[in-house]
Amino acid sequence: MADATEASAVPARGMSRAAIFVAATRGRHGADWTDWASYVYLVFGTLLMFVPVAWLALSSLKTQAGLDQMPPTVLPYEPARAALPGRPGEFPLFRVTKGDHAGQELAEVRRIGLQAQMVDPAAPAAVIRVPVSDREPVMRLHAAWDNYSAVVSRFDFLLYFWNSLFITVVATVITLLFNAMAAFALSKYNFRGRGTVFALILATLMVPPTIILVPNYLIASQLGLVNSLWGVIWPGVATPTGVFLLRQYMLTIPDELLDAARMDNASEWRLFWRIMLPLSAPALAVLAIFSVMWRWNEFLWPLVVLSRSENFTLQLALNSFQGELTTSWNLLLAMTVLTLLPITLIFLVLQRHITQGIASAGVK
Amino acid sequence: MANLTLHDVRKRFDDVHVIHGVDLEVRDGEFVVFVGPSGCGKSTLLRMICGLEATTSGDIHIDGRRVNDLPAAQRGLAMVFQSYALYPHMTVRQNMAFGLENIGTPRNEIDARIGEAARMLRLDQLLTRRPTQLSGGQRQRVAIGRAIVREPKIFLFDEPLSNLDAELRVSMRAELAQLHRRLEATMIYVTHDQVEAMTMADKIVVLQSGRVEQVGPPLELYNSPANRFVAGFIGSPRMNFLPARVVTATQDATLLELEDIGPVTAPPRAGLRSGDQLTLGIRPEHLEIVPGGTGATVQAVEQLGGLSYVRLSPHDIVAQIHGQTRLAPGDAVSLRMAPDLVHLFDAEGIALPAALLIAA
Amino acid sequence: MAEARPLNLVRMMAGRGLAAAYAGTMNILELPMRVAQRSLGPGLAWLFVGPNLIVFSLFTFLPIVLNIWYAFSGSTNLLPSQRPWVGLDNMRALLSCQNHFDPSSCQRDLFWHGVYNTLEFVVLQVTLMVALSLITALALNKKVIGQGFFRAAFFYPVLLSPVVVALIWKWILQRNGVLNGVILSAGGTPFDWLLDARSAFSWTVFVSIWAHMGFYTLILLAGLQAIPRDVYEAAEMDAAPPWTRFRRITLPLLMPSFLVVVVLALIRAVQIFDEVFVLTGGGPGTATTYLVQFIYETGFAQQIREYGMASAASLLLAAVLMLLTLAQLRLVRRGNG
Repeated sequence: MADATEASAVPARGMSRAAIFVAATRGRHGADWTDWASYVYLVFGTLLMFVPVAWLALSSLKTQAGLDQMPPTVLPYEPARAALPGRPGEFPLFRVTKGDHAGQELAEVRRIGLQAQMVDPAAPAAVIRVPVSDREPVMRLHAAWDNYSAVVSRFDFLLYFWNSLFITVVATVITLLFNAMAAFALSKYNFRGRGTVFALILATLMVPPTIILVPNYLIASQLGLVNSLWGVIWPGVATPTGVFLLRQYMLTIPDELLDAARMDNASEWRLFWRIMLPLSAPALAVLAIFSVMWRWNEFLWPLVVLSRSENFTLQLALNSFQGELTTSWNLLLAMTVLTLLPITLIFLVLQRHITQGIASAGVK
Repeated sequence: MANLTLHDVRKRFDDVHVIHGVDLEVRDGEFVVFVGPSGCGKSTLLRMICGLEATTSGDIHIDGRRVNDLPAAQRGLAMVFQSYALYPHMTVRQNMAFGLENIGTPRNEIDARIGEAARMLRLDQLLTRRPTQLSGGQRQRVAIGRAIVREPKIFLFDEPLSNLDAELRVSMRAELAQLHRRLEATMIYVTHDQVEAMTMADKIVVLQSGRVEQVGPPLELYNSPANRFVAGFIGSPRMNFLPARVVTATQDATLLELEDIGPVTAPPRAGLRSGDQLTLGIRPEHLEIVPGGTGATVQAVEQLGGLSYVRLSPHDIVAQIHGQTRLAPGDAVSLRMAPDLVHLFDAEGIALPAALLIAA
Repeated sequence: MAEARPLNLVRMMAGRGLAAAYAGTMNILELPMRVAQRSLGPGLAWLFVGPNLIVFSLFTFLPIVLNIWYAFSGSTNLLPSQRPWVGLDNMRALLSCQNHFDPSSCQRDLFWHGVYNTLEFVVLQVTLMVALSLITALALNKKVIGQGFFRAAFFYPVLLSPVVVALIWKWILQRNGVLNGVILSAGGTPFDWLLDARSAFSWTVFVSIWAHMGFYTLILLAGLQAIPRDVYEAAEMDAAPPWTRFRRITLPLLMPSFLVVVVLALIRAVQIFDEVFVLTGGGPGTATTYLVQFIYETGFAQQIREYGMASAASLLLAAVLMLLTLAQLRLVRRGNG
């Protein structure tokens, strides 16, 4: 109600309708300077977050020649070409800047020294001579999609994509299952040693993978996991975060439901997958989001454990190409876009769930 | 349908004894209510019967078979939980089918049983709904339906009406009683509400601190409570307890002196001697108030229209009067009680038996 | 509507298919689990925690023990049994310096460059990032229109992989990058942002803030939103001006979330590696070489893999992280008490 009265009071002060809309905070007072400052800050921040990514996406559509332009153009351009009746092939278009034909767009048929022989596509019979310095190339919008097809066809992009996808999906499924099983036992069974197990799992929160890199490598190599996708998957499936998150959630599921299922002849396993898992869906979703994010983006451990390029994940492939391909940024950029695309699409669809889920998990 | 026998059943959680040796017999088709204040062990006892809680010692027999070591699912019982415990992610139909699926009942058999139960409980229109889309009473009926389709030997109810509002509780009470008549099944029902116990039970088991205080039909418990606890628990408003001293005890009558009130005559009891300290119990509905006189003073009057409650001093006595009254706070009154409606309890709270009362 | 129906049908079929796959998989385990339930009784709980515990033991508990052995043993052998005990040699090598404030005078100068760079990085990055996150959360908490959109915008970079983040900024900051393009158009002179020590260092701080601040903003925002509205209304009735309300209500009630954010940010900042490794490779020179990069290069990227040295450095890093975590626990406990 307060909004409505505020909004109707404002036009009397002569503000534009747009300003009313922007100023209509849900507070009990109208917009004050802090509101305006907030909007300015937030819009600026949003630009800062999006523009670099947008720039990457736009750049990835430029040809190598377009990328080399300095200063760069915002949109992808390439030199325009035109077909001329009576002559085979296409000819580059130029705009004449000086002389009789200033302002006209002509196609260059031949260049001799500092003179160009040019033809008006509208009147192809007459050849016009123009000094090279008196003209500039005509550019036209052109998205170089062939960057993408080159990435897919010339490099083993699909292989790396598949490796990343396999690791992400399999690791997430195993993570969800293992962590949920542990959380179920820790939240719903009263067994000797429960406290110790829980404390041990929580203690591993303090041991980030970076500080046990060397021994983990040893164990992976002893288990024959070096240079195998499973070597990336296994070490990370038992996450203390996941066990903790799921346990806290499962504690809120009433024990009576489990008793009811037991009376309904369900085995403990059935009770776990028919009752407990479906009811934990919100917490599982949060963990799934975390897991997908961790796995798709994981870098240091795969870098250590995968050394043959046919096992590379997208991240490793990107890293190694940025060392090799510094001369062909167009391909590197296209590949970068392809790497961030899946996560971006997921985020676009699940944006609300992801931010809310992580906020609720983070606070606990 | 089956009978159930408990023999010296005990339960201990670590060092805490919660059930102290319960003996009980439930006959085929009986509606038995466990009643008692919260924490008396009635729910634990129920959970031991159904197998969700292990028995520390003693034997539980169903149809003559010892079931102590059988898991809950194999005892052939069904339970209706206090919170209903409906699976929130399943529809009404799936909720009812779950238990049958788990024992591999054929699909058409499941459908037939659900159809029958749904008709009986008027759930036909709700089968595709989820529990969250149901009202409290509907959820309650689904919980009962889930028990019915299992065709259990014994139905167990754990305070099933405590989550409903007062009006719904009354109608569900009647519905449950009707269901019992219709199914002719053995039912065990746990509640802390003595009204539910009185209205529904064939047999009431009163529990306190893990002990059975008395077992019997509702009116027997009302008319001749075995001890002070049962006397106070059954009946509403609760029985008045007045300290008394035996003046004379003869074969025809007992003359008592009520502390701060005056003399009163009670039926004869064996083994009383003058000077014994007793407790006299009289239900508010049996207490007669005569305006004027001495013995008590009116403290407050609650007029409900059809009946009135009068609070008196000393001893916070409550009297129930049929109809309306003109008594006002401050009025001096005298108390009368029919001798055969008086209960006497010894110093331990055990009722002194009176042959007269049973005849009445 | 006509198009919507087949779509729904597809969705329904996919749902059914997934459900059937789920049920099928879980049903395979039904029989063994039933047998286990009957034979194990209450020990069944261990079967449920088992898979997790095995993975934890193999890839966390055992490595912790092994790490200590590596740190105190020498040679380039990976197998622990083939590594001779060298006592404190690795530690001594790491820590010996003529002048501890001058990394280049140290036996392992790269380690000390890493330590000092990491220290500076942590202080700068955590302070700036937490401050910016708090400001952003406060701005978002003003119930602005489009709050969800802004929140998502700030959070988006968190989801990007470190490699992608690094490449995005490398592309902007390189000599022919758009930043220099803008400077050129404005009449300035282009600059090699990542080839100058100070500038490269500052950019690693900036990029890591850019990539991670959304996460902390989200936690702080949730903390702000958990403060009940009526507390503010009561304060308003008590005639508290906005600044007082912020200082006396918002800040104290936000403290628990704030501490969590600070410590989480610290723990992560100490382990900075991925983005920087791709963005600058640790250069120019050693200007952006941080501790974890030292561990990685010493243990895995050199011709001669010095596992002992890498583990010794890990052990020191672990000690720092342990201290930080304990500090967090104490702060949280004091906050609760």
